Amino acid sequence: MQDLTFGTLIAVFEEMFGRGLFWAMVAVAIIVTLAYFFVLIRDRTVSWKKFLWAQLSMPLGAIAAVLFVQRMTSSSFSDLGGPIDWIVLLGVAVAGAIGLAILVYTLESLVRPPRSREGRE
Amino acid sequence: MSRLKTVATSRRGFLGLAGGAAALSGLGLSRGRAQSVQTNARIVILGAGAAGTALANRLVERLDGARITLVDGRQKHLYQPGLSLVAAGLKPADYVVSDTAQWLPRGVEWIEERAAEIDPEAKTVTTEGGRALPYDYLVVATGLVLDHDAIEGFSLDLVGTEGIGALYAGPEAAAATWASASRFVEEGGRGIFGRPETEMKCAGAPLKHTFLIDDRLRRAGNRGKAEIVYAAPQPSLFGVPIVAEKVRMLFGDRGIETRMQRTLKSIDPGAKIATFEDADGIAHEEDYDYIHVIPPQRAPDVVRQSGLSWADKWTDQGWVEVDMQSLRHLRYPEVFAIGDVAGVPKGKTAASVKWQVPVIEEHLVAQITGGTSDARYDGYTSCPLITQIGRAMLVEFDYHDNLVPSFPGVIAPLEELWISWLMKEVALKATYNAMLRGKA
Repeated sequence: MQDLTFGTLIAVFEEMFGRGLFWAMVAVAIIVTLAYFFVLIRDRTVSWKKFLWAQLSMPLGAIAAVLFVQRMTSSSFSDLGGPIDWIVLLGVAVAGAIGLAILVYTLESLVRPPRSREGRE
Repeated sequence: MSRLKTVATSRRGFLGLAGGAAALSGLGLSRGRAQSVQTNARIVILGAGAAGTALANRLVERLDGARITLVDGRQKHLYQPGLSLVAAGLKPADYVVSDTAQWLPRGVEWIEERAAEIDPEAKTVTTEGGRALPYDYLVVATGLVLDHDAIEGFSLDLVGTEGIGALYAGPEAAAATWASASRFVEEGGRGIFGRPETEMKCAGAPLKHTFLIDDRLRRAGNRGKAEIVYAAPQPSLFGVPIVAEKVRMLFGDRGIETRMQRTLKSIDPGAKIATFEDADGIAHEEDYDYIHVIPPQRAPDVVRQSGLSWADKWTDQGWVEVDMQSLRHLRYPEVFAIGDVAGVPKGKTAASVKWQVPVIEEHLVAQITGGTSDARYDGYTSCPLITQIGRAMLVEFDYHDNLVPSFPGVIAPLEELWISWLMKEVALKATYNAMLRGKA
């Protein structure tokens, strides 16, 4: 690979998903992340009950992400050939797990905000 | 703490932060751009394939006022690295097809005709429609032609019938190849694979097709009913010795027989017999239930008749006589050749084109400004050599037969890996498209 710059990466991702879909996905990721920080800052505490649900959803996110990637690329677990393949697989799983956890936590907090400051403490 | 509370509880403050972050990330996206050069040079590029299109997109960015003309009669652009996937039933035929026009930048003229004549002495190209195009600089990027007539008994309309495949011939032929190959996968029998004696585009593709059909047979549970033979005119399985050895081992592992120094000369579709010639000119017949035909490959006639070809090398093929590092013609300094048609020892792949384009760009721009450039192409070629559905070896090498891995220590070049398959499956077409736009 020659000149693997940030601009090249962006160009490649634009071509991979289409320019509209790629930037829509970036926007969704940014919005969810900002919403996550928004509810954290707004509530000024972590709700452990919501966090528990978020944690419970993590294995689901991990498995879904791995199966999605395998489905999209006509591959399966038997194709894993070396250490880097396991690292990629784990990376996909971790990304899926964290992504879904953040999404679940944020949605819960947005849909059911704490009733009052007193209620939180 | 109180300041944090103020910002956090103020929705406007929060949105302001978000906007600032977006603006910052936007700054990060702006690409550095070399200063453009003022010129009124007339640049003619023959061919709007991978090389011609990518170069046109980059020259438009670099040159201000240049008259850039692309000459190509083909309405459709083909993403040729995808043909192997089509011929193994992994992608539909339209996966490789797009409109030529969608990749061309504004500011270039596209003449939808083929070139009929190149006169390097008069510095003029004449199109099939009789239009004369005088040039100051010429880039020959015509690609190559498949000489199907060289295989006696073969014709393109046979592909998809009688157990005949020929994936190089285009998207329809690649899809028809899968029609033939899938019957072989279901019924078993004897499959013959191979490559031509000439230089060829992507020398890994004949091997990929063999591996993919082998894998298809295994998945169908029919490998035991099939015999696979790989026959090639060369003494080894790949031009790079260390890769050839690896492929030899993989063929051994997969139970693929080899017949080296055998050149396919003719087929008899009715009798399903292929005739090969060995190094001593002795004919050998092989019966088949499936045969994959890759014909000899040559420069187009318009190039071979122009006097631009090598006179003492590849005389039956006609590749353009260029310096192997600058890609500049050895007798006409205002002429360059790029991609499949360039007469260099390696480099008939899209990955090579990606590395060749910036070299020609630098030399051309330097020449226009009266300077020189030390940009060099060192034969870089890349081949995600698929060894089964889901695994590939990311083989990268140069003129010197050295392996030049892009990710040393991370992606081992001679190891069958899922990540290399992912690159071929997911990232390659996107990278190719970005290259066409001059962005990669």
